[in-house]
Amino acid sequence: MYLGQLADIAGKDESEFTSSSGEIDWPDLVELLRNHVNPEISAAVDDARTLVAVNGKVLSDKTHLDARDGDEVALLPPVSGG
Amino acid sequence: MKWRCCHLSAAVDPAMHRDIRLLTQPFIPGALIGPFTNTCEGLGGVCTFVGEVRGGGGVEKLELSHYEPLTMNGLQQLADAAADRFDLMGLLMVHRIGQMHPGEPIVCVSAAAAHRRDSIDAVDFCMDHLKSAAWFWKRELRDGVWHWIEPREADHADLLRWN
Repeated sequence: MYLGQLADIAGKDESEFTSSSGEIDWPDLVELLRNHVNPEISAAVDDARTLVAVNGKVLSDKTHLDARDGDEVALLPPVSGG
Repeated sequence: MKWRCCHLSAAVDPAMHRDIRLLTQPFIPGALIGPFTNTCEGLGGVCTFVGEVRGGGGVEKLELSHYEPLTMNGLQQLADAAADRFDLMGLLMVHRIGQMHPGEPIVCVSAAAAHRRDSIDAVDFCMDHLKSAAWFWKRELRDGVWHWIEPREADHADLLRWN
């Protein structure tokens, strides 16, 4: 799921990825985005201010991402507030 | 450990009436306040803040998007924090999502308490947290083009008032 301006950068609201191992870690995700979406979204999610949630829980360190088959990964740019 | 126990029980005060909503359609803040205060029997003061979509600057529309799995939990946690910090009888937090026009209400926060200071400060506290820490993303339509709104330093500075 691409939230906020990340959806504009990706050109869509969501993407679905499958991995032969059934797991996607942070370097895998950054590479998948670069190769299958575009380099701009890959760079934007790697920005320190972009947070990541898996199944509705925000990761304290996105580089520890360990997404499994069926997980929903949300890419969250800095919020602009209510 | 005993103190910690008391602290936790205050955080989930069952006596505090809470009404937390995300709305996709326009709302009339005044219509919410009467029913809300009626649930807080014996209150001494109620403070209400209404935020509206600012006009001017060529703004035609404002769009607020969110991420549902995080947004509602975040608002409930903010209500927990307000209940923990202030002596409240009731807290209402209503926030719009979707597209709005200038002049439309975007947020309404109302706090009822036995004494004015708790109600006024609770509303101020909730608004500062909503402005900088809630899971919302905003963009404005100006001259037919959408522009994302970046986080404001001033909003983050406002949060520090409560540390």
